[in-house]
Amino acid sequence: MPLSRLSSPFLAGTNRVTLQMLQLLAALIPAIIAIVYFFGPSVLITMILAVVVALIAEALMLWLRNRPLKPFLTDGSAIVTAVLLAIAIPPLAPWWLTVIGTLFAIIFAKHLYGGLGYNPFNPAMIAYVLLLISFPLEMTTWLPVASLSEQPLNISSAFQFIFNGPLASSIDAVSGATPLDAMKTQIGLQQIPTNIAQQPLFGFWGGKGWEWINIWLAVGGLFLLYRRVITWHIPVAMLAGLTAISLMTWFIAPETTASPLFHLFSGGTMLGAFFIATDPITASTTLKGKLVFGVGVGLLTYIIRVWGGYPDGVAFAVLIMNMLVPLIDYYTQPKVYGALKQ
Amino acid sequence: MKQKLGSFPGGLKLNGHKKRSTQLAIRKMPLSKKLILPLQQHIGEASTPIVAVGDKVLKGQKIARAEGHVSVPLHAPSSGIITAIDEQPIPHPSGLTALCISIETDGQDEWIKRRPIADFTALSAHEIRQLIREAGIVGLGGAGFPSFIKLNPSVHHTVETLIINGVECEPYISCDDMIMRERADGILDGIEIMCFALRVKECLIAIEDNKSEAISAIELALSSRPHLQNTKVVIIPTRYPAGSEKQLIQVVTGKQVPTRGLPIDIGIVSHNIGTSYAIGRAIKHGEPLISRIVTVTGREVKHAGNFETLFGTPMHELLSFCGTERQADEPFILGGPMMGYNLSGDHLPVTKTANCILVGVDDGAKSSTPLPCIRCGECAVACPVSLLPQQLYWFSRAKDLDKVSEYNLFDCIECGCCSYVCPSEIPLVHYFRFAKTEIMNQQQEHAKADLARIRHENRLERLQLEQQEKDLRQQQRKAALAATQAAKVKKAAELPVEPLATDSQESQ
Repeated sequence: MPLSRLSSPFLAGTNRVTLQMLQLLAALIPAIIAIVYFFGPSVLITMILAVVVALIAEALMLWLRNRPLKPFLTDGSAIVTAVLLAIAIPPLAPWWLTVIGTLFAIIFAKHLYGGLGYNPFNPAMIAYVLLLISFPLEMTTWLPVASLSEQPLNISSAFQFIFNGPLASSIDAVSGATPLDAMKTQIGLQQIPTNIAQQPLFGFWGGKGWEWINIWLAVGGLFLLYRRVITWHIPVAMLAGLTAISLMTWFIAPETTASPLFHLFSGGTMLGAFFIATDPITASTTLKGKLVFGVGVGLLTYIIRVWGGYPDGVAFAVLIMNMLVPLIDYYTQPKVYGALKQ
Repeated sequence: MKQKLGSFPGGLKLNGHKKRSTQLAIRKMPLSKKLILPLQQHIGEASTPIVAVGDKVLKGQKIARAEGHVSVPLHAPSSGIITAIDEQPIPHPSGLTALCISIETDGQDEWIKRRPIADFTALSAHEIRQLIREAGIVGLGGAGFPSFIKLNPSVHHTVETLIINGVECEPYISCDDMIMRERADGILDGIEIMCFALRVKECLIAIEDNKSEAISAIELALSSRPHLQNTKVVIIPTRYPAGSEKQLIQVVTGKQVPTRGLPIDIGIVSHNIGTSYAIGRAIKHGEPLISRIVTVTGREVKHAGNFETLFGTPMHELLSFCGTERQADEPFILGGPMMGYNLSGDHLPVTKTANCILVGVDDGAKSSTPLPCIRCGECAVACPVSLLPQQLYWFSRAKDLDKVSEYNLFDCIECGCCSYVCPSEIPLVHYFRFAKTEIMNQQQEHAKADLARIRHENRLERLQLEQQEKDLRQQQRKAALAATQAAKVKKAAELPVEPLATDSQESQ
């Protein structure tokens, strides 16, 4: 039998890092199914590619850094980063986009800062932002929802797209802007949001397909809450922050702003709220701090979406709030037992 | 008797594993041939032997006297001959040795003359405290602080509430549970005496709600003592570490003991349930503290249970009495699985603070290599003191001792909740103990250095002073010399020195 601990406590709970990572991956399954349903199976190819590259990069970095391979390769953190990145980038992203992003996430954003537990910024979001800034065209052309497309993608044509690239003439036929992007551009062209939302790209509240993916991400998030992998503080605070500011602008200027529901169920809102902002390593750790952190992410997401240069702002919002974490943690320390009352 | 309860943040719901040792009544451990009694079985100064090797002692005879204020005497647990007063291994986390008195028992178990007190109300509070001290009574919950001191509120304090701690929140331990079930009357004797000595308004006996038999036993005993109308049983929810003094006070009264303060600062004194029983025996029966109830339990113990054991009994006798097969690499724990410590061997004696011997923990922590901290914050959620164990861990690892203190390391009660919940299996408490020791060492070094500096400065000052005095004396001497010389010269000048002059003239 394995040697026991030498000092108390001699009991241990059952919570483990690997278990948390696996539950997080399990919580993503319904949303991944929804993505496949709406955007075709290409996301699976991207995901497998990202996971393989992530594990190789992780192993390489561990070897270079003289760290044991087994505990860190099996902790699941590299897989989580890869899967989150694969979900965040467009389904038809060319293979090299996925590879560059994954390598950057694991090597630069994670291991050069010290590996698991030491990275101040969310690796998946760092990679996403790198790709968005470096390859704006590839990163903003999305597939339309399968039902809107004339020739839905099957797995072999997805392969063809990812590894060989589309024929130059057919790119417009299969790809287009995201609903968030479309909303932003058309508001810029003096269109009224309620009219824009009548277009086939849009669904009940958000983008067609996107709203369902967001709902399934939220369901996965509720599972994480139920399993106590995450606490309610960050998701609730982030969604509350986003709702509050979008409600406010919506009341003031309904002609030029999309509804709060549109913002809640479009783009990366739910992914950000339940899977990205809640990343324990890069988020605030005190309970009060988590609320501040969440509200900050919510507000910044909206500000960047509406007044910034990019269609979605979740990644930037999370990274900016990551920077503020030490400050937030310092000023939100709980009051210790017996501290003098004012 | 519903009372509104407070609560503490965090804590854990743990599997009690108590049934294993509560199936049978408390049994008496057979008399051992040899008893080894460490002179220090309490917090404070070790006691000083007043017997010599070869002396014959009787059961209950004082064999060592208290040394200084924070100390209590030691008594012979059985009659016999003193065979040695020397260094022996004692139960200690670091496996230290210490001065012990060894007694070879004669099997007669012959008592010294006891002086039971029928009516303690005729005594003064001071006299009661002295009797309790002379009986060698210390806190039997585990810390071993001399009880008489906690019964002595200084002139600055009045005690409103006496809390009797029958919580026993650690898994496996059941000695308090069993003593409440079987000896409720004896416990109430002690409570009456303490209430009288402290002149408290109310006494609250706190028991966790998983000990229904103990609760009914105490309530039954209370119902036959109508004069104890201000003594109540308070049933508290089972949650670790509710039995920790500060957390218990928070649960029962809603108040918090100020940082660096004592319960008495908010008008509260708390004593363990076993201690109150011992106090009852000491006053009403004149018996000093020579034995205690020890829980022997764990996966490797065949006949687990609670045993009334004389102090000094070697643990291996208890273990073999219970049919224990100890694996060499398994933890052999004194105390509970959350706060106890690993013992170096089983030839160590049972002491006043030995509440439980635990051999073999179910679902115990493995000593795997911990993963890095992923900052999940579970430790902060579990901390009953509202510390940030994660931050403390970073600073302890970095040996940033100033920062560790700033994050209130010394408020840590080492309950182990943070280590328990850590998904990376980091032994957090281990780091905190290390940092505490480092800081205390540093403070000692500082104190030493300060002392040395002060001595040096004093010496310099003294030397300077001596030099000055010397100079002064020299000056005075010089002055005196000069004065006498001047006087001489003057005298010489006054006296005609004709002959000299004439001489010179003559020589010319």
